[in-house]
Amino acid sequence: MTEQPMVINDPASFDFRVNRAALVDPAVLEEERARIFDLCWIYVGHESEVRAPGDFRTRQICGRPVILCRDDADRVRVFLNSCRHRGAVVCREAEGNATHFTCFYHGWSYDRAGCLDGVPGRSAYPPSFDPAQFPLLEPARVASYRGFVFLCFDPEAMPLETYLAGAREYIDLVIDQSPSGQMEVIRGVQEYDIEANWKLLVENSFDDYHLLTTHSTWLDYLRNAGVEMKRPERGHLLPAHGVGRALGNGHAVVDNVNFRGRPVAKWIPIYGEAARPEIARIREELVARLGEHRAARVADTNRNLVVFPNLVINDGSSVTIRTFHPLAANRMQVRAWALGPVEETPAARAIRLDSFLTFYGPGGFATPDDIEALEMVQAGLATWREMPWSVMTRGMAKEGEQLNTDELHLRAFWLEWQRRMQMAPRRGVEA
Amino acid sequence: MSAPLLARSDAEDFLYAEAALLDEWRLDDWLTLLTEDARYWVPPNDTPDGDPGTTLFTIADDIHRIRARVTRLKDPAAHAEYPRSRTRRMIGNVRVEPMAPGPAGETQVLVHSNFVIWRFRRGERVREYVGHYRHTLRLAATSWRIAHRVAIIDAMELASLGSVSLIL
Ligand code: FES
Ligand SMILES: [Fe+2]
Repeated sequence: MTEQPMVINDPASFDFRVNRAALVDPAVLEEERARIFDLCWIYVGHESEVRAPGDFRTRQICGRPVILCRDDADRVRVFLNSCRHRGAVVCREAEGNATHFTCFYHGWSYDRAGCLDGVPGRSAYPPSFDPAQFPLLEPARVASYRGFVFLCFDPEAMPLETYLAGAREYIDLVIDQSPSGQMEVIRGVQEYDIEANWKLLVENSFDDYHLLTTHSTWLDYLRNAGVEMKRPERGHLLPAHGVGRALGNGHAVVDNVNFRGRPVAKWIPIYGEAARPEIARIREELVARLGEHRAARVADTNRNLVVFPNLVINDGSSVTIRTFHPLAANRMQVRAWALGPVEETPAARAIRLDSFLTFYGPGGFATPDDIEALEMVQAGLATWREMPWSVMTRGMAKEGEQLNTDELHLRAFWLEWQRRMQMAPRRGVEA
Repeated sequence: MSAPLLARSDAEDFLYAEAALLDEWRLDDWLTLLTEDARYWVPPNDTPDGDPGTTLFTIADDIHRIRARVTRLKDPAAHAEYPRSRTRRMIGNVRVEPMAPGPAGETQVLVHSNFVIWRFRRGERVREYVGHYRHTLRLAATSWRIAHRVAIIDAMELASLGSVSLIL
């Protein structure tokens, strides 16, 4: 890695800059793998994706194949999806229900708890061979917070709840949409690659500064559909007030007064007249359960939350979970899902999914332009040797509250990134 | 099998004409092929047979959003398609099936076809969308209109296809 600092933070002279090498240099990515992805709590999936014992999902997390599944004791488990014999990927299906995970190569077979319980031709192994020594391996740590399952490859990592710090409050706000406190991942995953550094999607996921320019066609769509938008107040770029907040440990959020539709619970003409009573009913349930104040917090604010390093939970036009992993310094794999209350009526569920598609996703009216923006940034960053710095000082000279269109929340991410990149990598990892 | 209500060669002509309009970016002309209640769906890659009421789709437009999509795509601020991509569509394996009548008793047929759509942009990787269409064609007065078009992508995930910024 270059000797130059990657982030310059000098509040006294209102200077905050990110070294563009951090976005293009493959050597930086190698260090990120050891110092960030191997040490932080990383989102794997949601408990609702594996409802019954034997249910499983396979996915790539931090470059490793893993199995998310539920065992016979009804516990959610995460296994490294690699055979203890020679290492072959054991489970090759994307999802399903299985009594066993059987490796097709030589036929070793593991039960739902990962125990090796089938070894063809076992008698040829020496007497010392003990199948109990060869279960499917689990990452050093696995834990859930309100249904969100994380893993961590660092055995000494702080507990997940401590790690999540102020992000918990914002996850709780999303969960409060559900009368029973249970949200579920809805069928249908959006998986796509972006030819850009993964940290550009962190920035983009809660960079409200770009909304007016990058998403003018989306704003026009809302306006043409009869959604009322106020003129921005003095000092504001957007129709409604919003703030950026750092939440500790690199997590951050933009927390905005709603001006667009929300399935929970703000009707807009795009939902159609027929949806009005359903949205009103959802609103009433919220108020009855949570009281006016909390109900308004849940239903009248949009929040884009970044959980360091690579989980985004957006609660706006719909709720989306988005996670992404670097494939190269200039390429990432993105996966996104919709999240909804388990007790949602079919009508409300349909509104939620339809509202999702107005903005989010690879066929939405906004996300394709975000992807284009990120790919154009990455293309432009080929000039990084001539133009080594990205300025990130919006709001810095201001006392007190930071707006969603300021950059405090982006700086919070980058400061934690810098801090972790300067720390020692995990033992045994050569950086 | 009973005689199809629409000859395969006529269905092919219809699909070829539609593909030409889309390849030429004559999107307003393309809109005239649609019924007033038309829908356009692109199901998610992992659930090609899903329903948009219960499954998160890539695209699930009603006629209002189809028109809004065209408005958007004609705007130079639709950055993902500005500068515009070039596309080339190949359509084949066309089959016509009978179908239940439309909401007002109109004659309808279901037309299956396979497609390959190549998308080219300066300095970018070529994107190759491969899949099949299900067109519900409805006989309106004397001409056929599209009441529902579903474009099902074969790829297991969008991956290097990135987004679906054009009309498949
Ligand atoms: S690698 Fe799995 S049984 Fe040999
Ligand atoms: Fe955006």
